[in-house]
Amino acid sequence: MAAADELAFHEFEEASNLVAETPDAATASGSDQLTPQGHVAVVVDSGGSYGAEEEAEESDRTALLQEEKQQPGFWTFGYYQSFFDVDTSQVLDRIRGSLLPRPGHNFVRHHLRNRPDLYGPFWICATLAFVLAVTGNLTLVLAQRRDPSIHYSPQFHKVTVAGVTIYCYVWLVPLALWGFLRWRKGVRERMGPYTFLETVCVYGYSLFVFIPTVVLWLIPVPWLQWLFGALALALSAATLVFTLWPVVREDTRLVAAVLLSTVVLLHALLAVGCKFYFFRPLPLEHLAPPLQASSLPPKLLLPPTPRAKAT
Amino acid sequence: MAKAAESSGDPGTTSPRPLFAGLSDISISQDIPVEGEITIPMRSHIREFDSSTLNESVQNTIMRDLKAVGKKFMHVLYPRKSNTLLRDWDLWGPLILCVTLALMLQRSSIDSEKDGGPQFAEVFVIVWFGAVTITLNSKLLGGNISFFQSLCVLGYCILPLTVAMLVCRLVLLAEPGPINFMVRLFVVIVMFAWSIVASTAFLADSQPPNRKALAIYPVFLFYFVISWMILTFTPQ
Repeated sequence: MAAADELAFHEFEEASNLVAETPDAATASGSDQLTPQGHVAVVVDSGGSYGAEEEAEESDRTALLQEEKQQPGFWTFGYYQSFFDVDTSQVLDRIRGSLLPRPGHNFVRHHLRNRPDLYGPFWICATLAFVLAVTGNLTLVLAQRRDPSIHYSPQFHKVTVAGVTIYCYVWLVPLALWGFLRWRKGVRERMGPYTFLETVCVYGYSLFVFIPTVVLWLIPVPWLQWLFGALALALSAATLVFTLWPVVREDTRLVAAVLLSTVVLLHALLAVGCKFYFFRPLPLEHLAPPLQASSLPPKLLLPPTPRAKAT
Repeated sequence: MAKAAESSGDPGTTSPRPLFAGLSDISISQDIPVEGEITIPMRSHIREFDSSTLNESVQNTIMRDLKAVGKKFMHVLYPRKSNTLLRDWDLWGPLILCVTLALMLQRSSIDSEKDGGPQFAEVFVIVWFGAVTITLNSKLLGGNISFFQSLCVLGYCILPLTVAMLVCRLVLLAEPGPINFMVRLFVVIVMFAWSIVASTAFLADSQPPNRKALAIYPVFLFYFVISWMILTFTPQ
């Protein structure tokens, strides 16, 4: 029935744009507050443009919001539970948002809605670390099929390396970025910096696109591998840049350019480093043992094992 | 007590008096004995039970625990929605399974190659810290399962993969080749699916319905990693 459709709660494009532009506003949905269900109120903290008669209501609502925002202390379990307060559909929506970055859409404002979660970054990093180790090992298996002289081994230490690298990247780089943005806070008027967790969240979700890319790197065609890598890097870096752009555009041009290019460069370093470490290009491996064999006297010929030089 | 009976009076004739009004008039006379023995009906039974676990033979104790572990193994092999694993959880089963798996998966000490299979400690750490992480994850998402119950379920559901490891070890005694690999792959995949089904049967109900997939995905990743370690095992 049309009447029922009108009464149902619809997400409006203008509302989300409004929220994205005014970062101090907070939408209060019916489930969080004591307001009746389905009632959406946009509350502007600092000097809203609403009429005077609504100010009394607003002050009540802001007081309510501030009371609710008192989080439990960091030593309680409830504090950490607030970072895992997401549903399956929300996580899937955030992943979709990181896969399809659009120039106007800021990941933090549109998808996170000021409620960052730690579930996504943690499990995306864990999945990526294991997928890297597993597919790296698989390429060795496939290479051995084509060339039986290559020695196969499970290479279990790569799991440790992958895990440490990715987790350090997702925690230390956002820490540096957050610190830098806070330091430059004075220069900006309109938009406040993101919280540390939001930065970690953006980085974590932006790494999702590498998971299918790493699986596709199993195809042993070099130019295809570089193509997929470039595509994934472009998508991932675009998410980061579109998220950071509203924050840095008020800064001086030099600082903005340097910051964005550093972010993209670090991301590219991670991608290229992973490609070279876990998917060692096979021609090098294939050529090295014969060279080694020919230069040594026959008595000291070693069986062809993966060279230790790159580890 | 005779006085109390008198003072309560006839309910029909006099005006209604509040209940127990005459209680304050009771006085206990000296000749009513108030000493004696209070016997609890179950007392003798409890006493027997206490002394029996202390004085029973070691064989009885071990057999009782082994039977409990064996019963839970049966529940994992034929997963139905029962909460035996949850109600009387124990960590003996997971310990036995983890040690067996780690002993079979470790690389031999002769093989000092840098990139070989996992060490004993690596397998142990992956299994236990993986289980702890998944439990923390499900608790943080709002599940109502206790910490050790979840560890118990995840540990017991490694049983199909341990069976797969044994089968793979036996298959590897035969000639290496593609058929060898196919058989091992098939066995590992079947056991992996069995583990997931078994643990989902026990764990899924404890999560809120809109977060079930979020809680089950780490379990999938955990058993996938263990299956991968089993599949890539190569005897040196």
